[in-house]
Amino acid sequence: MVTWKMSALDRKLLRDLWHLRGQLLAVAAIVGCGIGVFLTMRGMYESLVHERADYYTQYRFADVFDNVKRAPESLAKRIATLPGVAAVQTGISLEVTLDVPGLREPATGQLVTIPQTGPALLNQIYIRRGRTVAPNATDEVLISEAFAQANNLEPGSHFEAVINGHWQRLNVVGIAISPEFIYVLRPTSGLPDDRRYGILWMGRNAVEHAFDMAGAFNNVAIALTKNASEADVISSLDRLLDRYGSLGAYGRIDHLSDKIISDEINQDRVYGFLVSGIFLAVAAFIINIVLTRLIATQRDQIGVLKAFGYSNGVVAWHYLKLVLVTLLIGTAMGIPVAYWMGNLLADIYRDFFHFPRLEWSLSPTGLISATAVCLVAALGGAYGALMRAARLPPAEAMLPEPPGRFRPTLIERLGFQRLLSVTTRMILRNLERRPIKALLSVLGIALAVAILVAGRYGVDALDRIIDIQFRAVQREDVMLEFANPRSANVRHAVRHLPGILTAEPFRAAPVRLRFQHRMRRTAILGLSPDGDLRAIVGLDYDRVSLPTEGLLLSAKLAETLGVVPGDRLTVEVLEGRRETSEVLVAGIVNDLVGISAYMTLPNLNRLLHEDATSSGAFVSIDPNLSTELYTTLKRLPTVRGVSVKAAMLANFKEVIARSMQVQTVMNIFFACVIAFGVVYNSVRIALSERGHELASLRVLGFTQREIAVILLGEQALMTAAAIPLGFAIGYGICAGVVAAINATQETFRMPLVLTAQTFAFAFVVVSIAAALSGMMIWGRLRRLDLVAVLKTRE
Amino acid sequence: MPGNAAVFVTRHLSKVYRMGEVEVHALRGVDLELYPGEFVVLLGASGSGKSTLLNILGGLDVPTSGEVFYLDHNLSAASADDLTRFRREHVGFVFQFYNLIPSLTALENVSLVTEIADHPLDPIEALAMVGLKERINHFPAQLSGGEQQRVAVARAVAKRPDVLLCDEPTGALDYASGKIVLEVLDRVNRELGTTTVVITHNAAIAAMADRIIHISSGEIVEVKCNERKASPSELAW
Repeated sequence: MVTWKMSALDRKLLRDLWHLRGQLLAVAAIVGCGIGVFLTMRGMYESLVHERADYYTQYRFADVFDNVKRAPESLAKRIATLPGVAAVQTGISLEVTLDVPGLREPATGQLVTIPQTGPALLNQIYIRRGRTVAPNATDEVLISEAFAQANNLEPGSHFEAVINGHWQRLNVVGIAISPEFIYVLRPTSGLPDDRRYGILWMGRNAVEHAFDMAGAFNNVAIALTKNASEADVISSLDRLLDRYGSLGAYGRIDHLSDKIISDEINQDRVYGFLVSGIFLAVAAFIINIVLTRLIATQRDQIGVLKAFGYSNGVVAWHYLKLVLVTLLIGTAMGIPVAYWMGNLLADIYRDFFHFPRLEWSLSPTGLISATAVCLVAALGGAYGALMRAARLPPAEAMLPEPPGRFRPTLIERLGFQRLLSVTTRMILRNLERRPIKALLSVLGIALAVAILVAGRYGVDALDRIIDIQFRAVQREDVMLEFANPRSANVRHAVRHLPGILTAEPFRAAPVRLRFQHRMRRTAILGLSPDGDLRAIVGLDYDRVSLPTEGLLLSAKLAETLGVVPGDRLTVEVLEGRRETSEVLVAGIVNDLVGISAYMTLPNLNRLLHEDATSSGAFVSIDPNLSTELYTTLKRLPTVRGVSVKAAMLANFKEVIARSMQVQTVMNIFFACVIAFGVVYNSVRIALSERGHELASLRVLGFTQREIAVILLGEQALMTAAAIPLGFAIGYGICAGVVAAINATQETFRMPLVLTAQTFAFAFVVVSIAAALSGMMIWGRLRRLDLVAVLKTRE
Repeated sequence: MPGNAAVFVTRHLSKVYRMGEVEVHALRGVDLELYPGEFVVLLGASGSGKSTLLNILGGLDVPTSGEVFYLDHNLSAASADDLTRFRREHVGFVFQFYNLIPSLTALENVSLVTEIADHPLDPIEALAMVGLKERINHFPAQLSGGEQQRVAVARAVAKRPDVLLCDEPTGALDYASGKIVLEVLDRVNRELGTTTVVITHNAAIAAMADRIIHISSGEIVEVKCNERKASPSELAW
């Protein structure tokens, strides 16, 4: 029979682990948090990337898209023969006004056709529930999942829609999703509103018949061959479709849903790698400090082991096992945390991003790299301490450490010693004698503060985004969009609708902007020069007025095009007479949402060679008459879209704010764990280093309170120094994250804003962590063994 | 000296340590009286219980049974706070390993105690008494072992304690330094009249005591009075 006998050294390891359990658990918790956050973000990132790739392939998401006014179906064959084109799918896409049961305001449906028989060649739909529409049925629709959820619609439900000027009842036969609409957002609105905007899939014949589009299409999707040049296909498509009223062909990079997912993936990457990287670095840094100091306090034991003939290697391995076990426990804590948070996050993502399935999964490479980072940092910290211990001859290591070399502090040397009590001098000299150690402790606490600040950044950013967008920019109550551009006198008609107080017309025109070799598709928004319902506001609340001549561009758009004020852009209008002209870039605004170009309404009308024309109006309304207004608007065929600001804000808060809050709560939770772990360890180690000295003072008649002042005073001083440093580091982290996110995404900008509440929050949490640690140490001070301390040192 | 009221009185003092399953009887019914101004040496081998006795007298430990009185204070019934106050007001300690605060100078180590005492000596005067007036601004790391122990003695006497308890004060010192420390203890005892108890296993030191108490296995086995106290300079070991 083989019996396994634990070596004495391993038994010592187990006892050391048990003896140091509080500290090691705190370190393991920090490691767990670091690894947990990293794995959560990394797993979500990898899932999104994989799911998107799979979904796009399986459901044949197209590569190039275009919308035209009306083109003959025969053109599809010609498109198919263009070099680089692998498949073509034409269809009809229209916005219709809906009257959904239970919804006060009118909603908008994006009507999209599906082939009469068989699946589409491209952009196939995935039916979640129910069935597809019957061939030739004129009243059956599939609806998008988000719209169905927001309005409690199921197969068998019905609502009404304005189909070619007439109200018609539509029956929901199924709930569907499509790779084209993973994220559903109305193109003219910057923010999602699943309640009032949804996708309706309908049979091609029914739509052709209802909208007088027989034998015609108004949108086309193209898949490219393997080595095709997207730019070449886009330009040949443009040449072909320009005379059919093309809005300009574009690739996936400009596809609304894909762009938003790409931005999200990018944000996850930034968070996954930057934010959780910081978490991990902090965790690693703390392990480093703790182990260094821990091993330093075991100096005499190392001496004894060496005296008994254990080699440096064996002694080192013994302590490394302590490190490894701690890391193992930390990793083991991190994995379930990541599972829990990852699934929570995936749940939220499923509300925004509609994939056939979206699950969080553990990333094995992420796990390995996170563990490796912690391991390297921990071993690095332990290595230094072990080398110091190994260098000592055993006889010397066993002796009590000689009294440290102290000298009067700078303050005392400057002649202020009379102002300081003896205990204050002890505190100051301790700090000054080992400035690096003190600095590292301060840095550890400062990093905890920094993570708290950075963790709450999301709350501040969200408040600022809401305030800028819904208070400073969108000053209207309702935005009306007309089915077609209308002459200026529509303004009077709008004024006469019930409940309208003021109305300001606007004009939005799709354009291509070119500068040198660079080109972007966007829309120019023409606003009343003396209007007040829509303002152009920068991230710092700087209200920018419209230039009397030329264009005002989003800073992001100017950057993409490489233009500065004073340059002249080529503007190709993509509707009406499709004029091309040179326009001055008059100014740049660092705005919040999208890549926009602004002009005064008369200037835009002039550019479009049209009389005073508007495509919609911003209105302020009398809230008491809103129901009446919405009822009227539902029945008004000239109004295609109605965006109610209050409803959008409520929806935004409910959906986006919820997800941001969950992430923020997670960040804050981990930051608190780290803050507590750092502060507690710092005090705990100080106690083990100075327990002897403190017990001596107790023997001399010092009360527990008096020695607590000495020990905790030092910690309090370090915490006080760490807080402002942590504020600065936290600000730096946020600035880095904001810069990394804003550099790559166009959908919106993160404002760099940290409020006093955030700093106060970080201050309070760290103070509470410090106070709790102090209370736990207080208990230990009471149990300080006064007798033992007199016999030996350490 | 017996005849004056005793400073310390112990009655049937016992101390039992529980070490896992084993009970260690460190003291077994010790009856002892210590008188004002006395210089007492407690002699005994390692593990004889002499340190336990000293710790109980100094309010660092409490007996398992029996009573210990300092004047009219019953130390065996005192709370932790009372014991702290007792140490602060009445007891001076000197330890084998000095237990100085490394971050404080000699002067400051002494001031540490005088700042919390009621009628202390001037710290400089206390250091002068132990012959360290020239080194008051040195840190422990800058002092020899003997000098560090003299600072510890100065620290112990600076608050004018009623009793000075010394646990192996020369244990970590070489012969010459040890003798200097003993001379200091002798001087403090004579000049300030402080009741002094010195623990040692060095029998040679016994010659300078008024009384010598032998402890073995937790019991007082012999009490001896010196007819003539030797001066520390006469001692040799």
